[in-house]
Amino acid sequence: MKSFSKMVYPYVLWAIIMIVVPMMMIVLYAFTVKGNAVLTFQFTFDNFVRFFSDPVFPGVLWRSLKLAVITTLICIAAGYPTAYVMAKLKPNSQAVIVLLITLPMWINMLVRTYAWRGILAHFALSGEAKVYVGMVYNFLPFMILQIYTSLSKIDPNLITAAHDLGADNIQTFRRVILPLSLSGVVSGITLVFLPAVSSFFIPKLLGGGQYVLIGNLIEDYFISTGDWNFGSSISLIMAVIILISMYVTRRLDRYTAQGDDD
Amino acid sequence: MEHKTKIHERIFLALILLFFYLPILYVVLFSFNSTKSLSNFTGFSLQWYEKMFSNRTIMESIGYTVACAVIATVVSTIVGTITAIGMSKSRKALREAINQVNNLPMLNPDIVTAIGFMLFFTSLRIKTGFTTMVLAHIAFCIPYVILSVMPKLRTLDPNLAEAALDLGCTPLQALWKVIIPQIMPGIISGALVAFSMSFDDFVISLFTTGPGVSNISIYVYASVKRINPTINALSAIIVYVITIVLILVNVIPMIRERKKNKNGN
Repeated sequence: MKSFSKMVYPYVLWAIIMIVVPMMMIVLYAFTVKGNAVLTFQFTFDNFVRFFSDPVFPGVLWRSLKLAVITTLICIAAGYPTAYVMAKLKPNSQAVIVLLITLPMWINMLVRTYAWRGILAHFALSGEAKVYVGMVYNFLPFMILQIYTSLSKIDPNLITAAHDLGADNIQTFRRVILPLSLSGVVSGITLVFLPAVSSFFIPKLLGGGQYVLIGNLIEDYFISTGDWNFGSSISLIMAVIILISMYVTRRLDRYTAQGDDD
Repeated sequence: MEHKTKIHERIFLALILLFFYLPILYVVLFSFNSTKSLSNFTGFSLQWYEKMFSNRTIMESIGYTVACAVIATVVSTIVGTITAIGMSKSRKALREAINQVNNLPMLNPDIVTAIGFMLFFTSLRIKTGFTTMVLAHIAFCIPYVILSVMPKLRTLDPNLAEAALDLGCTPLQALWKVIIPQIMPGIISGALVAFSMSFDDFVISLFTTGPGVSNISIYVYASVKRINPTINALSAIIVYVITIVLILVNVIPMIRERKKNKNGN
């Protein structure tokens, strides 16, 4: 039986080459000067200095974060009530609605986003508003399904008990249902915020080319401009910001969970 | 939770579903439009379907998408399953290390994973194209396969494999005849996840492919600059195929169930 443990070694080698090395190369490129040969590194912080001293780049970063935060908030505001109503349906109808929400997710994201172009052409909306529609459209299903999963796991006896102990509907919701479903909201935030920060085809397809986000910057520096060092430093900045926000979200989740024990 | 929904709650749910289906219905309708317009439906025609099937670039991109998804699914399912079995028998530290490394492509934004691959391939002077795209797809699919096989292995009774060995099986036979059949549901769901991840991928493909090789997503992305209703036909066909597959997947088990019940009576 122990011999089976040898079966991991090929993948360990593969993972080092195909996952670890590429990640280290981003870091390496971010901290080196452009145009150097592979073996003569010249380390520098210039790429980061350039990013933060430029009038444009921090603004783009700020816009991406704002877009991701607002998209996440809209997804919670629309997704929570949807999941709540779903959880109240009869079990058979619940299964049907879950299937109906998952079905469009099987269709290519680009194809679905492209489809909005024709519809949104009927409305006099700004490029930014169109990008918001596309963002919420793509990420709302993830939020709904996460919150629904946590709501449907709640033991109905807890709600009955709350009512028996004299809590009205609002109190039951605030003191019992909401705290128990917060873990779903937190994993929903992870699934919405993370891809929303780095999204670059939604602004390109719906924003009319005027709306530049951090993901578009990275794409430009890698594919059009060919300045991989600066592109790497931008993606490193983005990755660090995402890591920090994930950490804060998780801490928040633990904090609220503890606060409810009192 | 209580099973009582009010009328306004049902209307709200219906509106959310309408929001999800509106663009899909719209794209199917306009794939039959008789003119180039994406906002006015002027009449019925099949010209965009004809144009789509006679467009070499589109047909090639469909071919690349399917070929890449099939290869990536087969390889990542086999490698992922073998690795997961190995992980279940290896030291905890090694298992944790592999999980941490697998988290990198799953938690990082796609674009970060993608530029990592791009830097890697180009610094090794590997010409980007179909092969590099497939390699990248295999790399980001394996962690998902491992993730869906691992839980099945955890619930597996270790005595079963021991018993098979005691009864004279070689380790390979024990693996093939005892372990694999029991974790089959995990392997199948892992393969499905891998296939849909690869089939729908855009970001990683964009950065790892080379000139002349594009999948469906890259084609759609590259041709949005001008009005191109053949994309509506392409999208509509994707919608038809997925709808048919999902209906079959959901209906066949129901029919089987019914047959079983009949035979049982």
